Amino acid sequence: MHTAHKIMKVFVTRRIPQEGMKILSQSGVCKVSLWDSDEPVPREELLKGVAGAHGLLCLLSDKIDTEVLHAAGPNLKVISTLSVGFDHMAMDEIKKRGVRVGYTPDVLTDATAELTVALLLATARRLPEGVLEVKNGGWSTWKPLWLCGYGLLGSTVGVIGLGRIGMAIARRLKPFGVKRLLYSGRTAKSYASDVEGEYVPLDTLLSECDFVVVSCALTPETQGLCNKAFFSKMKNNAVFINTSRGAVVNQEDLYQALTTGQIACAGLDVTTPEPLPTDHPLLTLKNCVVLPHIGSATYSTRGIMAELSANNLLAGLQGTDMPSELKF
Amino acid sequence: MWYGRVALRRLQRIAVAPLSVGSSLTRAAQREMSSLPRVYITRQIPPEGLRILRESGQVQFDIWDSDDVPVPRKELLKKVKGVDGLVCVLTEKIDAELLDAAGPNLKVLSTMSVGFDHLSLEELKKRRIRVGYTPDVLTDAVAELTVALLLTTSRRLVEATHEAKTGGWGTWRTLWLCGYELANSTVGILGLGRIGVAIAERLKPFKVKKFIYTDVAPRPELARMIDAEYVSMDELARQSDFLAVCCALTPETKEICNKDLFSKMKNTSIFINTSRGGVVHQEDLYEALSSGQIAGAGLDVTVPEPLPTSHPLFTLKNCVILPHIASASYTTRNAMSALAANNLLLGLKGEPMIKELKL
Repeated sequence: MHTAHKIMKVFVTRRIPQEGMKILSQSGVCKVSLWDSDEPVPREELLKGVAGAHGLLCLLSDKIDTEVLHAAGPNLKVISTLSVGFDHMAMDEIKKRGVRVGYTPDVLTDATAELTVALLLATARRLPEGVLEVKNGGWSTWKPLWLCGYGLLGSTVGVIGLGRIGMAIARRLKPFGVKRLLYSGRTAKSYASDVEGEYVPLDTLLSECDFVVVSCALTPETQGLCNKAFFSKMKNNAVFINTSRGAVVNQEDLYQALTTGQIACAGLDVTTPEPLPTDHPLLTLKNCVVLPHIGSATYSTRGIMAELSANNLLAGLQGTDMPSELKF
Repeated sequence: MWYGRVALRRLQRIAVAPLSVGSSLTRAAQREMSSLPRVYITRQIPPEGLRILRESGQVQFDIWDSDDVPVPRKELLKKVKGVDGLVCVLTEKIDAELLDAAGPNLKVLSTMSVGFDHLSLEELKKRRIRVGYTPDVLTDAVAELTVALLLTTSRRLVEATHEAKTGGWGTWRTLWLCGYELANSTVGILGLGRIGVAIAERLKPFKVKKFIYTDVAPRPELARMIDAEYVSMDELARQSDFLAVCCALTPETKEICNKDLFSKMKNTSIFINTSRGGVVHQEDLYEALSSGQIAGAGLDVTVPEPLPTSHPLFTLKNCVILPHIASASYTTRNAMSALAANNLLLGLKGEPMIKELKL
């Protein structure tokens, strides 16, 4: 005997790639209310839009806090985020209400690791400086020592947080002739042997590495991890890369480290805030490369993320297994 | 002060070991020193090479003491008169005029580069001048920069840094600044040599699906190292999601990357050239990029170098141009300098060089 199939209400906080929208609209399970824009939904609209929703599909720029959860009300069964990070969601409050959460790990690992290596190479080999010199007439002829950078050959690389993305980064760096790969974190990882990774205390990593890559999640423990003390332990030829979350880095301390020659250069794909104001001091430095959070920005990956978040959402609505459920 | 400096430079030219100013040389020492082979160095090469030459005690050398500016032609023609050895970089044309100016003593030419398109090989062979160059020591740096340029182009880093600086960065958006991923792609190499192999080795862990290459003939030993399939030029164009040009510049490869090639490529493909500018027909490349025939291009080499800032390629968002910095890492430039110095010294002694160019 079939019970009447109730159409559930879903609010989607942004225009998402077609691959995802199609799955939702063709499911026959939900009625989609969409903030049909490339720009973030204003707070007012978000609170209005979630009222009575059974499911919410959101982005990392949406703060899903008590106020939003309260505005949604008791229907809310599932929140599906188009991201692997979940620091924008009040997990305790969500757990209290018995709401399930879907997210998009793994599918963006390759794109993010690729971007991290792109950023590391562009920073260490001074590509943005080179491009600018060429455009501004700074390029006269071939010169033996002009625009020389730091190569990976024979270097020691350190990854802070050897998770999925950290491991993918390590794999991509190895064939550049990296001599030693160190990593630090809460625990040693058995899979580190695949890249001959050595588990060391953070201080050891900082004092021995020519390249330091931050790839950990943002938690109360990692907030502000990269501060004055951190940079003071690093080598003055070291390259610092952060593609995790902006809040892991104390930006004033980073600025000091870069301008005093405490470290050689830095590449950031994440900042505090995002966007970084155009008058921020870090944007004035030749030895600092700032990208506008494009870690997972490839056509194929964003399409796959959209599909996954849509499927996570539908599973949550129907009480079935999600392809990627966040356990918390 | 000035007089003291001039005197010191004269001493520097004829002596190899550091002499304290004011001490005089014995007649025998003077005679011995003046018979040391004479060498001209066309640029202030990185410290390692100069140190090796100075400490060898085997040569007396004069140098165009600038890192920045190439030696002017007239000065060069004057300075090479009667030299036994010449150390140059790629900005000097070593042709019949120069070799005639140098005269019959010239036995060894040592270039601090792996490319030799600035050398008239026929003229050098005719005069039985031995040639040293610097392959291998720069392979890693060049492969690294090529991958850096490929990723910078495919992931739109130049556009992205610009947006971050000029206020184009709003909040996170789902399709903004999306690029093309290496995962599941086909990478094509035009000219499979040491550098081509090194590039492919670095790209492999990005989950490239397939490597293909074209060359004048198959290169099975090199191809085996990277599991690459030999294809025709046409197939290389048709199948590649990323096409890297790694061949030498010869009469055969001049402007081989032209309308014909670009028209066969995918409109999502990325074209990278770190070999020599002359391999690319730049007007055809401009057409291909501006019409969307290919998605993007990254160049470390152009014609001419430097490329005038008014060149149309600079108006394209999807074209990244670097000022020929592929081997520009401190360790590599010093290694090249050291190798060039050692090639020279060995050549002058009539011994096998570390890296000699077969003419």
